[in-house]
Amino acid sequence: MILEIPAVAWLPLLPLLIVLASATVVLLLDLFLEPGDRDVLAGPAIFGLGVAAVAAAVLWGRDEQTLAASFVLDNYALFFDMLFCVAAGLTLLMSVDYLAAAGVRSGDYYSLVLFATAGMIIMAGANDLVVIFLGLEVMSVAVYVLAGIATREVRSNEAALKYFLLGAFATGFLLFGIALVYGATGTVRLDEIAVVVSRGTGEGRELLTLGIVLLLVGFGFKVAAVPFHVWTPDVYEGAPTSITALMAVGVKAAGFAAFTRVFLECFGTVAADWTALVWGLAALTMTLGNLFAIAQSNIKRMLAYSSIAHAGYLLVALVAGGEAGGAALLFYLLAYAAMNLGAFAVVIALGRAGEPNEAIERYAGLGFRKPLLALAMGVFLLSLTGVPPFVGFAGKFYVFTAAVASGHVGLAVIGVLNSAVSAYYYIWVIVMMYMREGTDEPLPFASRPYLATTIGIAVAATLLLGLFPGPFFTMAKSGILSLG
Amino acid sequence: MEGHLLSALVFSPLVGAVALGVVGGTDARAIGRTALAFAFVPFVLSLLVLADFDPARGDFQMLERADWIPDFGVQYLVGIDGVSLFLVVLTTLLTVLVVIFSAGDVTRRLKEYMVMMLVLETGMLGTLVALDLFLFYVFWEVMLVPMYLLIGIWGGTRRIYAAVKFALYTMAGSLLMLVAILYLGWLHREAYGSWSFDLLRLYDLSIPAGVELWLFAAFALAFAIKVPLFPLHTWLPDAHVEAPTGGSVILAGVLLKMGTYGFLRFALPLFPHAAAAAAPTMMALAVVGIVYGALVAMVQPDLKKLVAYSSVSHLGFVMLGLFAANVEAVEGAVYQMLSHGLSTGALFLAVGVIYSRRHTREIAAFGGLWKVVPLYSVFLLLAMLSSAGLPGLNGFVGEFLILIGAFGRHPMFAAPAVLGMILGAVYLTWMYQRVIFGPLRHEENRALPDLTGREIAAFAPLIVLFFWMGVYPRPLLVRIEPSVKSIVERIERVRPPASTASEMARVGRPSSARPGAER
Repeated sequence: MILEIPAVAWLPLLPLLIVLASATVVLLLDLFLEPGDRDVLAGPAIFGLGVAAVAAAVLWGRDEQTLAASFVLDNYALFFDMLFCVAAGLTLLMSVDYLAAAGVRSGDYYSLVLFATAGMIIMAGANDLVVIFLGLEVMSVAVYVLAGIATREVRSNEAALKYFLLGAFATGFLLFGIALVYGATGTVRLDEIAVVVSRGTGEGRELLTLGIVLLLVGFGFKVAAVPFHVWTPDVYEGAPTSITALMAVGVKAAGFAAFTRVFLECFGTVAADWTALVWGLAALTMTLGNLFAIAQSNIKRMLAYSSIAHAGYLLVALVAGGEAGGAALLFYLLAYAAMNLGAFAVVIALGRAGEPNEAIERYAGLGFRKPLLALAMGVFLLSLTGVPPFVGFAGKFYVFTAAVASGHVGLAVIGVLNSAVSAYYYIWVIVMMYMREGTDEPLPFASRPYLATTIGIAVAATLLLGLFPGPFFTMAKSGILSLG
Repeated sequence: MEGHLLSALVFSPLVGAVALGVVGGTDARAIGRTALAFAFVPFVLSLLVLADFDPARGDFQMLERADWIPDFGVQYLVGIDGVSLFLVVLTTLLTVLVVIFSAGDVTRRLKEYMVMMLVLETGMLGTLVALDLFLFYVFWEVMLVPMYLLIGIWGGTRRIYAAVKFALYTMAGSLLMLVAILYLGWLHREAYGSWSFDLLRLYDLSIPAGVELWLFAAFALAFAIKVPLFPLHTWLPDAHVEAPTGGSVILAGVLLKMGTYGFLRFALPLFPHAAAAAAPTMMALAVVGIVYGALVAMVQPDLKKLVAYSSVSHLGFVMLGLFAANVEAVEGAVYQMLSHGLSTGALFLAVGVIYSRRHTREIAAFGGLWKVVPLYSVFLLLAMLSSAGLPGLNGFVGEFLILIGAFGRHPMFAAPAVLGMILGAVYLTWMYQRVIFGPLRHEENRALPDLTGREIAAFAPLIVLFFWMGVYPRPLLVRIEPSVKSIVERIERVRPPASTASEMARVGRPSSARPGAER
């Protein structure tokens, strides 16, 4: 048997290759460093991510494919590439001041974040169900390790194990779904699936529907949609906080990147088959995520449930579908990245070695002991609630506008009522920070310039994207339009 | 700068807030003076707006328009008419007075307090001049956060409960309005091919009948909570009792008006059919609120709660006037909004004065203050009489116009409302009697200091305005009337013709029965 090796066009792979190259360089550099000096690895890692983001920006507007059309470079992929690189870069930036306190001594941390980012980039650019699976595994394996990288922390170990087991379980659903879709359509290439599906598959229809449902379950796990969310709070709580941020922002965005591409591009023509299902998932995810979040006393668990609720809002955008819904989804991911990375950075800023200070009660009186930090947290929380003029409001505006325009007014109403519910627990943290007197014992804060920079960037993004969302929404729209 | 007067007005407090936050320092006197300077800027700008305002026009003036989110037709669109004009001036004036008063009243974290007050002012002014629904919603929500913090940080013992209740109530109401706003934008796209939240365009949008009622309900819920209309008023006493004096003044003086203003600017003219259909219900609730608020106020042992419930009663009058929807009643409603802002602001300031001296607001803890604090007693008397609607003071004009307008068409609602007016006089004078007259029963009160210079400075402008608005309402009414007429015309266009009975009632009433015209 002769294997025909397709000609490889390298340009569409450029962002991916840059990230992979940086990951390798960082991995090798680590060999030559003393344990105490490993912080410097953040430099080349962030630099590599920055170059990849710039490369993606330069390539903006191209529409090319490579590797036998299994991988594409379109605005959709580029939008996500930039999002992943910036999110991972900010994650690393906030890690510099944090890793020692979190008990992470391994230099592998930096290269693993880069490998996870590479996996995300593969997922966003994949034009083939098997390549999506490949990207998912590259990303997930790296994140499994990262979740447990604080090796002396029992809950970090637990988080890694739990995430691995449930992740593997979910992967099974995804693979089975891929197999069924292949069975129904005879191909794994997304553009070809789209053609076959739009022609109507006749007797394969049931097979296809079952495949779609299984894919939905698989993606549902990755984006932490109810009822596939049960791993989320434990894993988010146990993982080192910077990795929690990466999971909440990067992994979720990557999940949605593949989810949205597959469902809007391939199954857009049979939307009637799955819209009702996603509608239900969205309503359930928003509602339960928010209700459970109210009961949390640990800020990381609270943010975990909040991330579930936000997955629900993103599903609303998916239900709305089309150009407006898809663009709203992309914009919302951007908004969510800005405010959520910021919130996790504040959580990190409040902790110190051996004392993570994750109980929401520890925020008491913060507003007047650390006014700037509390102000930043206030901005992130109000933005997560959806209060204008912050970016969370702009995101919700786009999502609910799309929902209304596509005739799903009921879902939009459920969504805004959920925003009201979410106000309760987000505002509770503000109550703690500003309205409760804390202990007089001051938290000893060392000067942590990298963390401060991360928070500053996140505040600026939360405010500026909220005031001037137009250009970014236009980018999101051209990303969606580049889908077939 | 001329073309951007309104923008300068709206954002000047925000600039002041940022500047104060950055360079405020820690000296309380310096902070007070700086904050006052920053509060004066928007006040002066609002007077410039007043001077530039063309009284003859009933449409929007000083429009500023810029694209904001072009994909969805969202604009930065502001403008002013006779309805919002004086509310704007009221806002800037009350902020100045509150800053003067609070500089002596707030003892901790004064700088942050003043920053919140100025941010709140930007929110209020923006809400009043925004003519794009999206922009309006943004400012509407921006108002919420500083008020919530003012109650929660500087409030009394149950401040957290009150603050969270306030925030959740208002937010829950306004979020449904957001969906309705989005739906309107979408209806515009369906009709004209492009999204728009431009109020001036949406006024002319034809809305399917079944949908209109829902949209009206969503807007009405948000506004009715803010007013607050009975039975959605339960957050108000909590918020008022716990809020610091300055917060109460702004809350009662301006924020509640945002609800009635919202009805007049948005809910009534955008959804005239639904508003007409809902009018009997709304008027009934308004009348229940008038009487209920007055009765509950009467039995309050706590001064601040008494004033809070009196707001429920007085705002009921405004709602009655708005839904009576004729020129007299609506004009009266607008006048009553202004008047209530002044008189309730004055009452809350008065309560704040004795609270800061005695740390209690129990009516029973006072009595016989007349001899101890004569200046204070005079001020409280005027504030009380103005609130009770004594002819010759500001409170009378609005209530009178509302009742005239309402009697013409809805005598069965107007009649019980008169009862509310009488009850108002009863509980206010009774309160005054128990606090000021009688023997001095509590020795602690013997050494009570009278008004300070700072307090007099905060009260004096209010007293001047009580008399001015009471005896010479004309300058205000001529500016309010054209805009009210154009709004009422918009509503009237769709109303079924008045029945013969009410037509007769209209004829039976002298057409020039406007107090301004008589005097």
